[in-house]
Formats: sequence, C-alpha cells, structure tokens
Amino acid sequence: MFDIWHKIQQTLHINTTSGFTGGLVHNNQYKLTGGYPIVACPMPELLMHPIKQHIGDPCEPIVVVGERVLKGQVIAKAQGYLSVPIHASTSGTVEKIGEHAIPHPSGLGMTSIFIKPDGLDEVDESLHPLPNYRSVDVVELRERIRHAGLAGLGGAVFPTFIKLVHDQKHPIETVVLNGIECEPWLTCDHQLMLEKAHEIISGLDIIMHLVEANEGIIAIEDNKPDAIVVVRKTLVDMGFGEHIRVKVLPTIYPQGGEKQLIQSVTGKEVPAGSLPLHIGVLSTNVGTSKAIYDAVCLGEPLTERVVTVSGDAVSNPTNMLVRLGTSVQFLLKQVGVESFEDLKIIHGGPMMGELLTDVGVPVVKASNGILAMHRPTIMRAHHDEEPCIRCGDCGEVCPAGLMPNLLAQHCKEDQFERAQDYNLFDCIECGACSYVCPSHIPLVHYFRYGKGQVSQIQREKTFAEESRQRSEKRDARLAQELAEKEEKRRVAKEKKEARAKALAEKEAASQAAEVAVDDATQDVSVAKPSLDNKADVNQQDDKKAEDKA
Amino acid sequence: MEFLYPVFIFAALALVIGVGLALASRYFHVEGDPLADTIDALLPQTQCGQCGYPGCRPYANAVAADEVSVNHCVPGGERTMLQIANIMGVEPKAIEEEETVPVVAYIREDECIGCTLCIKACPVDCIIGAPKQYHTIVTDHCTGCTLCLEPCPVDCIDMVETPELLEHWSWPVPGTKRAIKAETRKANHEGES
Ligand code: SF4
Ligand code: SF4
Ligand code: SF4
Ligand code: SF4
Ligand code: SF4
Repeated sequence: MFDIWHKIQQTLHINTTSGFTGGLVHNNQYKLTGGYPIVACPMPELLMHPIKQHIGDPCEPIVVVGERVLKGQVIAKAQGYLSVPIHASTSGTVEKIGEHAIPHPSGLGMTSIFIKPDGLDEVDESLHPLPNYRSVDVVELRERIRHAGLAGLGGAVFPTFIKLVHDQKHPIETVVLNGIECEPWLTCDHQLMLEKAHEIISGLDIIMHLVEANEGIIAIEDNKPDAIVVVRKTLVDMGFGEHIRVKVLPTIYPQGGEKQLIQSVTGKEVPAGSLPLHIGVLSTNVGTSKAIYDAVCLGEPLTERVVTVSGDAVSNPTNMLVRLGTSVQFLLKQVGVESFEDLKIIHGGPMMGELLTDVGVPVVKASNGILAMHRPTIMRAHHDEEPCIRCGDCGEVCPAGLMPNLLAQHCKEDQFERAQDYNLFDCIECGACSYVCPSHIPLVHYFRYGKGQVSQIQREKTFAEESRQRSEKRDARLAQELAEKEEKRRVAKEKKEARAKALAEKEAASQAAEVAVDDATQDVSVAKPSLDNKADVNQQDDKKAEDKA
Repeated sequence: MEFLYPVFIFAALALVIGVGLALASRYFHVEGDPLADTIDALLPQTQCGQCGYPGCRPYANAVAADEVSVNHCVPGGERTMLQIANIMGVEPKAIEEEETVPVVAYIREDECIGCTLCIKACPVDCIIGAPKQYHTIVTDHCTGCTLCLEPCPVDCIDMVETPELLEHWSWPVPGTKRAIKAETRKANHEGES
C-alpha cells in the first residue's frame, strides 16, 4: 500500500507531507549500501592534501619537503577568519608541495601537500582529550573545534566553529542534527548513525552546550527505520530523553538542504537572505557532530571521514572510513573498479555532485560519496535540450518556491538583473527541476552559470571603479605637475624681469654718476666703457634665457 | 457640470506637478553632466583608447553629447554597449571589433633597460620602477590597455592572458568557448594521471 502511494508520489512529483513545498521522491532501491558496516580503507601509497578543503580562505603550508609529520599534525595553518587548518592523515614524510587536481568542476588544480606514509601511523598527541567538556571554557572549546579543522561534512564544508557562538542578539533555541541524507545512493550518514550513535549524540550535546540551546532534534527520514531505532535507544541509554529527541520525517528530496530541513523540523521558514540563526536555529550534519566529539572528547583532529563508495558499476559497494588525501582511484580499486573505460565517476551525490574526469583527485572533507556509474546510465539522462513546453513541473518541485523555467530563460539571455529579481540566489542548486524537466533542459546549469556571472560582473565593477580612481588620480597628478611647472616658469620669469629691471636702474644710476664724475674730474674715464659693456652682456644674457624659456 | 470635475482635478494636478518639477529642477540642480557620469560608470575603465578617445571619461562625455555612437568601446563588449544604448535611448549597434580575452601586461625583467617610458604611458599608474632599474607591473591593477607596449624601446613587454583563478571560476554556458576550454583542461589532466 505504502509502495503504491510512493509510486504515485513519484510519478506526480508531489510533496504532501513535509514542511516545505516542492521536492520529489527518489526510489529507495538506489541506497544499495544502507546497513553495510563501515570498513576501513587501507593505507594508500601517497596522500594528497589540497590546502583548501572548506568554504573560505585557503591555508598556508607550514611544513617543508622532506619533513617528517605525524598523524593529526597541522600541515597547513588557517589564513584569515573563515578558514580551518589541514592535518596530516597519517605519519610519513612530506614528499612534495605542488599543484594537483582537486574535485572541482573547473578541472583546475590547487596547491597540495603530498605525504608519503611510513606505515607506522604514529599519532601527534598535542591535543589533549577533554571528556569533561562541560567544565571547559567555551572559548577554548570553540578554538579546539577550529583547530581540529572541522568543516561541515555534509558536503557544504562551511567552517563549523563559526556557527558555534552564543549570540545575545540571536540566541539559539534549537539545534537540528541533519541525518536526512536525501541524495540517492549515499548512505554514509545512515551507517554512521547505526554505528556511532553515542558519539553523534555527545557531539550534539557539545554543540548545545556551546550555543546554550535547550532543545536538540535529530532529524532522520523514514527510509532509515533501523537508524531511528538505534538513535532513539541510545538517547534513552544516555539519559538525554528530555532535551534531545528524534524527529522522523517523510522521505523527500531535497529535505537535507539546510533551509528545507529547518522548515520541515520546526515549521519555521528561514526568510530569503537571512541565516537560520536569525530564527534561533542551528543545524549541522551528523558526521560533523561525530567529528566534534572526536575533536573534543578524544583530542583527534579531522583526518578521516566516512565515504559511500557505490554506483551501478561497483560490484561490492560499501561505506568506507577513508583517510583524507586518499586518491579516488585507490578508493575505487578497493571495491573492484580497476578500469575506468566507459565509466563516469561522480564526486558527491548524483543530484548535486560533480562528474570527475580525473580519478587522481583526493578524497577531501567534502567527499561524502564516490559513485562509479556505467556511462549509459548517465548518458540516458543526458539528452539534448529541447524547448520549454511550459508544463510547470520544475516550479512544482522547486523547494525554494522559484520559477525555474523563467529563471533559466533570463540566465540564458544574460538578463542577470531580471534573474535576480526572480530570486536567483535563493536557488540551492538541488537539481530537482532539471531532474523532472520533460524537455531535458539543464536548468540548474543555467543557474550556476548565472550566479557565477553575477559575481563576475560584480568583481569587474569593483575593478573598473578602482581603475577609474587610479586614472583620475593620475590625471590629477599630471595636471598638478603641469601646474607646478607653469608656476616655476612664471616665478623664474618674474625673477628675471626683476633682475633686468634692477640692472637697468643700476645702469641709469651709474650713468648719472658718470655724468657727475665727468663733471668733477675729466681724467678718470677708464672705467666707463667697461661698465657699459658689462651691462650690455648682462642684458643680452637675459634676452637669451628668455628666448629659451 | 459634474463632468467637469475630473477636468478641474487633472488641471489642478498638472499645475501642482508642473510647479513642483520646476522648483525641483531649480533647487536640486546637479553640477556636471549626470548622463556622462552614468555612462562613465558603465564603461570598463580600461583606459585603452580603442574608442578613439583618450580614455573612458572622454568617450562617456562624447556619447552623452551624442557626438559618437554607442558601439566603440571594445573591452566593454556587448553588455556595456546594450546598457549604454538603453540609457541613451538609441538602437543598439553591433561592435565591429571582435571581443578579446582579458589580458594583463608582463615585463620580461632581464631585458628591461629601465628607460621609464612605460611608466609615463600607463593610465592607471601600475608600473613600478626607477631609472636604470628594471621595471615591473602590478598585475592586480593592470587593465590590459596595451598602452605601455608601444613606447618600450626594447619590446620587452608582453600581454599575457589573465590566469583563471579557482576562486573566481564560474560555470560556463554549455557549448561556449570557456566550456570547451574547461573540457580540454580536464582531458589534459586525464592524460597526466
Ligand atoms: S535547482 Fe534551484 S531552481 Fe531548481 S529546484 Fe532546486 S532550488 Fe529550485
Ligand atoms: S519542467 Fe522544463 S518544460 Fe516544464 S516548464 Fe519547467 S523548464 Fe519548461
Ligand atoms: S574603448 Fe572602452 S575601455 Fe577603452 S578607453 Fe574607450 S571607453 Fe574606455
Ligand atoms: S601596465 Fe600597460 S597594459 Fe597594464 S594598465 Fe598599464 S599601460 Fe595598460
Ligand atoms: S619601456 Fe620597456 S625598457 Fe623602458 S622601463 Fe618600461 S619595460 Fe623597461
């Protein structure tokens, strides 16, 4: 019965049960690895750590080639406020610091630190465990969480410590843990809840302590009944029954989106342009919560994460605990994928992840899944774009309440201002609209393009403004130099004139004297011609200088 | 008589608005040429002179004065042209020259003889140097106007394409030049590994 209802929902793409409008239902059969225990990925031969694995400013390497590093040692320190450090994920020697491909749609590389493991896996113990976190100063706790390199492990990788403040103006009442995992195929959070419920709940308690919240909610979709049972039981065992509870939500994509989740859980909508904290809510992923526990109670920085390795080209899919920096190629080899011919590799989930064309990229903090798909599976979905038939399906599934068809039209025509009027920036790039579009319009690509262009135009504007100022300053400087020159010339001329005048007067005076001398004595007339001559020369000089000027 | 009321109302309104506008234009009178200012604000400020004027401001003045058509700013490209045409209320006109890729100047320092001629040519003062020392360009401020190339007696200045920065990267429209470029780069990566 339930199945039939799901099927109906699926074909009609209706969302009648959750808090936000829109959304669609994915077939649960793609979650192949739900309930598969987490296995540790073996040590690769080389680990690559890109110097930026979070949203914000890149880090600066603080190790040199040849240096021996320990597991958990900071190898690149945070630069600026919006930044968290990078740690070595095993002990070994720094082999190289240089450009390497990263999981990014541009295909551009990034400075990375290459570490050759020595197999000892020796741990840097500079972070002391703080099991009694309630008695530790909150500032120190927060600094610890930053120092441990924590960034949102759900895929957004926003530096975690920034959210963990108690703000008088916007007190946080509710902390929501995101155990939704709405992307098809991915199961890493599901499995983490099954195996590490205790750690996840402790992490939540640390967060609640930091932001002084009274209520904690762990949100889980109803397609993970086993996780719901386990988390509920652990809550009772740990005695958190009063403040922390599990909220079961109907399965619908993209409920894992921060704003969508908060709306589903609390019924409150985060207004456009505001943050969840403005309505007194904070949300983090369950993986992040576990990492917070590790960082605080065990003194372990973020050096590994759980990754779902799956896809229809993988014969034995699994959830793996992977050291950050392990290459995707190595990871896929563990599940039996050796040849990449006719395969498409996806980093992240199939809806919001990106296609990889280079399997040498490392697993980073954002990597929640690596999927290997047969090319036809992907290509079947990859038709040529046809004209919009105005069916309105895209608008119906949009969780942000946008009108994707109009938005895409504006982005296509480079009418970015109009696109912004249609709230382009509220789009969470969930891809639901592209997924249902019967004309196969890559709607979400147009939104990504549009958003990129808007920021590009903004940058160009700022640069043009700077250039204008520089050019105006230069013009002003040139004008001033010119004016100064003029002024100098004028002063020089005046001086000259004054001198000429003085000379002329002197001459007149000497002539008068001459007359007097002439009158007095007739004999002493030798000096007269010479004096006259000198004055003549002087005058000639003056004239020459004036001509030159 | 009642049918005349609307006439009175509108006559009165017209009077009030007319007087208001007249007063406003007198008391809120703006010095300078606001139209030229608006146009100047849209221009890319490359100061390259490709429009036939010695910089963006003079071109803006000329456009505002209707002395020249709206399609002469090459670096501004179609977007700027459309915006100016919109402001001027004229039909858009295609730009004749082809749009160029963004570039910055780069001095091959070991060849520079330190003559300071390029400094004098740069409209945004972004070249640093002293007589008989080699000169260098602050690329962050270079607008790529190419004005420094010509005066250099030893031709040691190159224009290089601005590198694509990861943090400034944005999604291309499928099928465009940039999309193809990204694809080629990815393919190259694939070849390496
Ligand atoms: S990608 Fe954006 S526009 Fe499309 S459904 Fe998701 S939020 Fe709405
Ligand atoms: S789903 Fe596709 S065809 Fe239908 S209105 Fe949206 S863009 Fe147009
Ligand atoms: S062509 Fe454009 S950028 Fe160059 S000087 Fe003229 S207005 Fe400025
Ligand atoms: S350095 Fe050369 S190209 Fe760059 S702004 Fe100055 S003159 Fe123009
Ligand atoms: S014009 Fe050429 S040689 Fe002269 S200072 Fe500039 S770069 Fe050097």
